[in-house]
Amino acid sequence: MAVVSNGTTIIDAGALGSGVPTGKMILIKTLTASGSGTLDFINGADSVVFDGTYKEYVFKFINIHPATDSADLTFQVDTGTNTNYNQTIMSTVFRAEIREDGADSKLIYDTNLDQEEGTAFQQIQHDIGNDADQSAAGTLTLFNPASATFVKHFMARSQIYYAGDYALDFLVAGYFNTTTALTRVQFKMSTGNIDSGVIKLYGIGG
Amino acid sequence: MGLISAGSTIFDAGAMSAGFGGSMTFIKKLTASGSGTLSFVDGASSVVLDGTYKEYVFTFNNIHSSSENSFQINFRDGGTAYDAVKTSAGYRAYHFEGGGADLGYEASLDLAQETAFQGVGQPQSSADNDSSGSGYLHLFNPASTTFVKHYISHYSHHYTNAAPGVITNWMSGYCNTTTAIDGVQFKFDSGNIDSGDICLYGIA
Repeated sequence: MAVVSNGTTIIDAGALGSGVPTGKMILIKTLTASGSGTLDFINGADSVVFDGTYKEYVFKFINIHPATDSADLTFQVDTGTNTNYNQTIMSTVFRAEIREDGADSKLIYDTNLDQEEGTAFQQIQHDIGNDADQSAAGTLTLFNPASATFVKHFMARSQIYYAGDYALDFLVAGYFNTTTALTRVQFKMSTGNIDSGVIKLYGIGG
Repeated sequence: MGLISAGSTIFDAGAMSAGFGGSMTFIKKLTASGSGTLSFVDGASSVVLDGTYKEYVFTFNNIHSSSENSFQINFRDGGTAYDAVKTSAGYRAYHFEGGGADLGYEASLDLAQETAFQGVGQPQSSADNDSSGSGYLHLFNPASTTFVKHYISHYSHHYTNAAPGVITNWMSGYCNTTTAIDGVQFKFDSGNIDSGDICLYGIA
């Protein structure tokens, strides 16, 4: 049964009517780490939408805490039903940082963290400390993963309580060099587990 | 009582189900008018700044200074003083109207375990009516009693009267406390916020 108000369909067939104004940032899925080896967002599984429904997807990272000190949060993607997570990446990486004693403040390009047609997992949060109060937070945006025409652009910015007691502003951008639609995204630490933290996936627009 | 359509719960327990409504919720807008400070305090004047959301976003719209000064922020971590201990790094790109451009680390935006106000921008022009600054700041999980509180900003503004042009500032850091942050205050390092508005959103 539909809900109709003044001639406008508000709700029908399990969905809001197209004329109902809603925000354009839609929460799709929240995954909470608890000693997790990986956190996976797979289109069509566990209510995850990661296809042409949205032209832009945003992942939010809340208090990512590694089990191992100085571990990096990394991500990769794959296509179809493949689970190798080894798509080809071109990326740039730079950071600003300062130590809590005021020393070692700088803005640098990270030549050892970018990729040149590499297939490794891409760092998006570098050297996270694992003291009880240390963590990292930030955002990763992935554009039009369902495109069959273009490569798939991504950009990330995070604030990290870096092992060694630094504040680290970490920026990564690049593209997956494939014209095949992406269907899945996997996050994991470079070593050890994701001890705790939350990753949220949003769709933008629609 | 819930509202269910074709097996999908649309509303229940006073809220719209996940996936139906937007996830960015407008909380509060403060409009400056020769204001010394603009403050967002949890529980006051309809402001929510607690564990309701894991992320809060402040947007800065046409912030115009009364004199040539720098836009700043500070955080309240218990008590009424805006004096949370912070460590942060910053950098900037600029391009002057008369030529000259650069990118580099900006020491005026960093802090090392300090309680002073955090720079969001550098000195910005006040003489011209059309000069202002705009940008945003993200504050993550301010109610946590486990972790430090991360924040990230990007603020672009007119530079000084003597050196007109654009300067864009990136800054991020953390309040080095496991006490909840329940208030945020904005001001210029001297003088007033002549005009502009700051909006607060919660990200569900």
